[in-house]
Amino acid sequence: MTSAPVLEPVKAPAALDDAPEERAVPDGSLTVTFRNVGRSFDARTVLRDVSLKVTPGEVVAIVGASGCGKSTLLRAVGGLDSGFTGEILIGDSSVTPYDERTAVGFQEPRLLPWRSVRKNIELGLPRTLSKEAGRARVDELLKLVGLAERAHLRPREISGGMAQRASLARALARRPGVLLLDEPFGALDALTRLKMQDLLLDIHAQTGTTVLLVTHDVDEALQLADRILLLGHGGSSSAEGASVKQLLTVPGERPRDRASAELARLRGELYVGLGVDSH
Amino acid sequence: MSQTSLHTPPESASGTAVSIAAEQRAAGKFTPAKIAGPKALKRIPGGKVLIGAVVPLLLLLLWWLATDVLGLFRPVQLPAPQSVFDAGVELLNRGELYQHIAISVQRVLTGFAIGAGCGLFLGSVLGLSKIADALLHPTIGAFRAVPSLAWVPLLILWMGIYEDSKVTLIAIGAFFPVFTSVHAALRHVDPHLVEAGRAFGFHGFRLLGTVQLPAVVPSVFSGLRLALAQAWLFLVAAELIASSMGLGFLLTESQNNGRTDRLLLAIVLLAILGKLTDALLGMIERRALKRWA
Ligand SMILES: Nc1ncnc2c1ncn2[C@@H]1O[C@H](COP(=O)(O)OP(=O)(O)OP(=O)(O)O)[C@@H](O)[C@H]1O
Ligand SMILES: [Mg+2]
Repeated sequence: MTSAPVLEPVKAPAALDDAPEERAVPDGSLTVTFRNVGRSFDARTVLRDVSLKVTPGEVVAIVGASGCGKSTLLRAVGGLDSGFTGEILIGDSSVTPYDERTAVGFQEPRLLPWRSVRKNIELGLPRTLSKEAGRARVDELLKLVGLAERAHLRPREISGGMAQRASLARALARRPGVLLLDEPFGALDALTRLKMQDLLLDIHAQTGTTVLLVTHDVDEALQLADRILLLGHGGSSSAEGASVKQLLTVPGERPRDRASAELARLRGELYVGLGVDSH
Repeated sequence: MSQTSLHTPPESASGTAVSIAAEQRAAGKFTPAKIAGPKALKRIPGGKVLIGAVVPLLLLLLWWLATDVLGLFRPVQLPAPQSVFDAGVELLNRGELYQHIAISVQRVLTGFAIGAGCGLFLGSVLGLSKIADALLHPTIGAFRAVPSLAWVPLLILWMGIYEDSKVTLIAIGAFFPVFTSVHAALRHVDPHLVEAGRAFGFHGFRLLGTVQLPAVVPSVFSGLRLALAQAWLFLVAAELIASSMGLGFLLTESQNNGRTDRLLLAIVLLAILGKLTDALLGMIERRALKRWA
């Protein structure tokens, strides 16, 4: 299926079709460089030797078996975790605690239940922004995620998909150089998830931000990502800790035809990498 | 039988359909009648207050019957409602009643404010900082284990029998409920929300004000209401032990003079004042919960 029918307000990113190279370095988006990143909890090694360079404006999906360390890797990039070894650079400098250049969309919406949708999105605004500029930006984001009419409601008064959109808007409010999304649509029903994927592509087309997206959904990764990082244990399974098992470049411009033979081949490859029989 | 036949008018339906439809209509009439009570109460302003007043009024009636009408008790045991009222009017005219009430209310409010304030502060600090918690919680726990009245002799020795010792005792009584509830609630604030707050650049006092305190507002208020009740309890204790004014003093003095009417007056006044201050706090609580919960 194509994304057009479910795509809500924003125009299709037409420019992408003719000139993909021009999109390559939108201003504000940043590189993410992993150099031999590892993470152990107590004596147990979860990640080891992850090295990767994500270019500005790129969408990289991170897939891997449950518990292999996807969230751990993402948290390290966001500065939510400082216990890793190796080096993570955002742009040219190391990641700092709760790094302001990144913004996280968590797996759960994590909205403050006593604040309205608008007030929750305001939480994400950079503190340097003036009040008026902040209000204008939140208005814009509310429109972008289709919540302008629900801005005054509390989180418990909106649906799960709306809450996820509010959470996404909050993450976008600081205009992050790198957007980190941890299975942001995992808890949503299939239709809402497709809509959210389209929304993410729209947002990416508009802002050009670098996106790291953790997902357990192979099709979601194939639909959204420029490259797919498969985290897993290498061939010599004796070594503890997951690392970069495969790095796949997804061909074709988005929105992609889900039925294409090439994607089917990649899908099969990913399933094999994940240790799942695709038949 | 089909669903539609239930909803057709009785004239056009026949047999059992009619009777069931009739039954349904009857039931439909009963249901609103059953919930008419609460609804009507909502419509009458103060309806809830009215229904709450039923039992106290019955008790008053019973009291009146037992004393004035049936004479079951001697006045020293249980004076009639009228004589309690008269005792109140008499004290009021002498200007003493107002003094007793004013000084007691002042003590309770001061002690409550100090105790609750300290409880809020220490509860927040220990609830947020692991180091402060490790350092101070065992000590505070040990102090909590001391029955608060055990401090009385020491307080009198240190501060004399005047206001300071009384207010301090009330503050001690008000401190622990607030401290305990704030401390426990802060430890249990959803760590996911706190992490989200941090991820969006909040820390220290801004994080406290944005995420942690709003999250614990309901527990803070239940702690505060408990503390207020404790404050009244310790007021009476303090005034019973040593005082020359206040409702607790009125209690002891009346006991010594055999003035049961004044004794009952003091008790009724304590009930009214306690209920009034609690209702006031409840009003503030409702506003706060509307905003934060
Ligand atoms: N704070 C922590 N303390 C100890 N172990 C942890 C901690 N956080 C994560 N782990 C461990 O690290 C491993 C990787 O966890 P992580 O949450 O990154 O997995 P994941 O790939 O995101 O899994 P899922 O797909 O189920 O979300 C798990 O085995 C987990 O038990
Ligand atoms: Mg995870």
